[in-house]
Amino acid sequence: MTALPRWADVILLPVLNVVLAFLVGGLIVLAVGQNPIEAVGIMLYGAFGYGSGFGYTLYYTTDFIFAGLAVSLAYHAGLFNIGPEGQAYVGGLGVILIGLALNGTHWAIVFPLMIVCGALFGAAWAFIPGYLQAKRGSHVVITTILFNFIAASMMGYIISRILKPAGVNSDESAPLEAITRVPQLRSFIELFRNSPVNLTFFLAIAALIFVYWLIWRTKFGYAVRALGNNPVAANYAGISNQKMIMIVMALAGAFAAMVAVNNVGGVQGRLILNFVNGAGFVGIAVAFMGRGHPVGVGLSALLFGILYQGGQELAFQMPGITREMIVTIQALVILFTGAMGDMLRGPLGRIFTQPDPVAGGK
Amino acid sequence: MTSLNPENAQRPEGAAAAPLAIELIGINKHFGPVHANRDIHLAVRRGTVHGIVGENGAGKSTLMSILYGFYTADSGEIRVNGAPQTITDSRHALALGIGMVHQHFMLVDNFTVLENVVLGAEDSALLRPTLNKARDQLKALARDYGLEVDPDAIIENLSVGQQQRVEILKALYRGAETLILDEPTGVLTPAEADHLFRILGKLREEGKTIILITHKLREIMAITDEVSVMRQGAMVQTLKTAETSPEQLAELMVGRRVLLRVEKGPANPGDVLLDVENLIVTDDFKVPRVKNISFQVRAGEIVGIAGVAGNGQSELLESIAGMRDQLGGTIRVNGRPLSLAGDDGAARARLAGLAHVPEDRLRMGLVTNFAAWENAILGYQDKYGDGPGLDIAKARDIAGEYMKKFDVRPANLDLKTSNFSGGNQQKIVLAREMERDPDVLIVGQPTRGVDIGAIEFIHNQIIKMRDAGKAILLVSVELDEIRSLADRILVMFDGHIVGEADPASADETELGLLMTGSHPDRAVTEPGTLPAHETPAQQTMVQMSPKDNSGRETN
Repeated sequence: MTALPRWADVILLPVLNVVLAFLVGGLIVLAVGQNPIEAVGIMLYGAFGYGSGFGYTLYYTTDFIFAGLAVSLAYHAGLFNIGPEGQAYVGGLGVILIGLALNGTHWAIVFPLMIVCGALFGAAWAFIPGYLQAKRGSHVVITTILFNFIAASMMGYIISRILKPAGVNSDESAPLEAITRVPQLRSFIELFRNSPVNLTFFLAIAALIFVYWLIWRTKFGYAVRALGNNPVAANYAGISNQKMIMIVMALAGAFAAMVAVNNVGGVQGRLILNFVNGAGFVGIAVAFMGRGHPVGVGLSALLFGILYQGGQELAFQMPGITREMIVTIQALVILFTGAMGDMLRGPLGRIFTQPDPVAGGK
Repeated sequence: MTSLNPENAQRPEGAAAAPLAIELIGINKHFGPVHANRDIHLAVRRGTVHGIVGENGAGKSTLMSILYGFYTADSGEIRVNGAPQTITDSRHALALGIGMVHQHFMLVDNFTVLENVVLGAEDSALLRPTLNKARDQLKALARDYGLEVDPDAIIENLSVGQQQRVEILKALYRGAETLILDEPTGVLTPAEADHLFRILGKLREEGKTIILITHKLREIMAITDEVSVMRQGAMVQTLKTAETSPEQLAELMVGRRVLLRVEKGPANPGDVLLDVENLIVTDDFKVPRVKNISFQVRAGEIVGIAGVAGNGQSELLESIAGMRDQLGGTIRVNGRPLSLAGDDGAARARLAGLAHVPEDRLRMGLVTNFAAWENAILGYQDKYGDGPGLDIAKARDIAGEYMKKFDVRPANLDLKTSNFSGGNQQKIVLAREMERDPDVLIVGQPTRGVDIGAIEFIHNQIIKMRDAGKAILLVSVELDEIRSLADRILVMFDGHIVGEADPASADETELGLLMTGSHPDRAVTEPGTLPAHETPAQQTMVQMSPKDNSGRETN
């Protein structure tokens, strides 16, 4: 593999990949007889152009940051966590239980407890695949995928049979009182009117910084990276690979569960069937596009936030472009940044290793 | 294919009894900076058993992989039955009548013998006709060569020896005229090995050609017609087996090079710092590799373990370092038994005062993606910083000191470790382990892939540690290194310590014979007390059952 200059590897390559994805997406928009330039304009306006749209973008970004961190943290330990979807879902149970138990209490008390309780539930859910990997060798990819399904079934049962109050038709828990919910930013900042972005957004920013510190500035992070890069050397270094795997998976689950704090605690105020709605899976794409680095995760989470919010705006504004088309464009971004992310590496490498003919002539 | 190329027949070599089945001319192969095969010439006569001996890493397997089409040679020519061939892959090799029986079998465990034999050689999309045809052929092969295996048995239910027979059958079924066997007896019991040799004898009678790769000289003497010796990627000599002796082969194999001069005073052994008692260790496949070994290393002495690679030294080192669970026995450092519960035994071994320079720095001793300073604290990471945070400044300071003291080049703390040369990588590992002032230092292959100047430095550092009253256990496949450094030599063969020697007076030939298990007085018999060869099903049971730590002392 050709070595690229660091800036090209970190910035140029991902940007080119996104541009390529949009070019191909543009062709599809052209093919259905719409103007791709106009489509991009609507998308960007929908994501940034007005306060409420921007708020939605940040709200989605919050979800994707947490899900992305859940994947990338595990990835640093060499574990491919496909389970943030289920971990977030189960985390929602923790959030709503503590919320309902303290219903009516001021959010300043409940918010931290929601974080802790949600994290515990998410961590417990992710710990099981971690345990199975460490002690039994069951591959964490398989188990986390399966645990998504188990979480969906289990939560479906809990919501519709246990948490659903009598006399309510839709599958959801009892609501939290307004004072207990995580406050939305619109109550402080006029700009975000009608948008659900809430205090959890700042928690996401803090989580990015925390993960950076954890991975690159602590003994624990050192052990995680040693394990992820060379498990034999980690064993040689006296690191208990089994313990690390279980701890890292639990931590990843805790991060995934913060999606639930954002949604259940900050927006819905109740636990709704299927509230995660794919955010956990987007986290996988976010983590890979962001190369596991918190800065990258933050930026790619923002990109997917734009795609989500701008895409909905686009589907609304341009009747020729359907929901499915938006999903296709999102899929193209994942395809080009994730699955084919190294496609341009070879050509780029050749460009960079070739001596510049002009400079060479001097 | 049987008709002889007339041009070849006129070659001077062609004057000998049998025509050449395989001829390799001037084969060269590089892997990066490693010159794995240097200008190899090899001629194998049809209808003979041709042995290839050499230490691990001598280039035997590379050479055979080139012949079998796994690798392509950088230069050189391969002639099969006199005709030059460019062998592109193993299918091509098979078409030319070359079959290979690998050290690690390439069988589908849950298929039957018959299914494995026809796999990849099916005649049509329908399996039935192929299977029927194969069944008849297997019967004939079994009758002709004594290769009896039940065609409907599932592979995982067969013993290792029977699985090997299936591999041979696979090659013969595909029309192999030349069979390459890579360390075929490494996994066999003596009885199974005898049976294998009877089969090989029959194959030779029927006109097949056999290339036997091994490092066991007794096998070479017992079965081969000719033997080629390889050392460090080069072909040293080809001899008629009848005209050579194990002594001569051992000498050629191990090499007789000038001893590196190491300035070293007499040892002053003190207290026992490392005490290994009745140690039994298995490898990852639950095959015993260290078979009831006991020895002691005292303060101020270097004990060298000599042996051909793959005779249990790796497992011994890993077990002492706390990385590999033992089946039995005790290891005491400073008189205190090491606890091995859990998979972080290496941390406790370090805490007890043991440092470990692993045999394979890339696989074990370094995280090659890490920067140099990060690797300089690997294993000691918990000593940097009081809280959860890593004291990066302190780690970088230490790393800088190490790099200066051990002259690591380039002295760049942030350079990724994979970008250092092998010798400099080794210096990072050595500095890290030796500068911690451990009581016991265990060192595996300290100078593997290290240039001459650095070797001298490393040797002097090891001597210096000895003179500072440390107990040092040195494992090396370089006999010269052992002889020049060690105060006592233990020879390891097939998981046993087969002899002890004084480096000053030891005879090199004698050591070579001990190392290859062909010493007349010290022939090794199987221990008999160990379940050396379980069936795969039993192995699975062992792997699944909880580890028995009851016999171990913990502290």
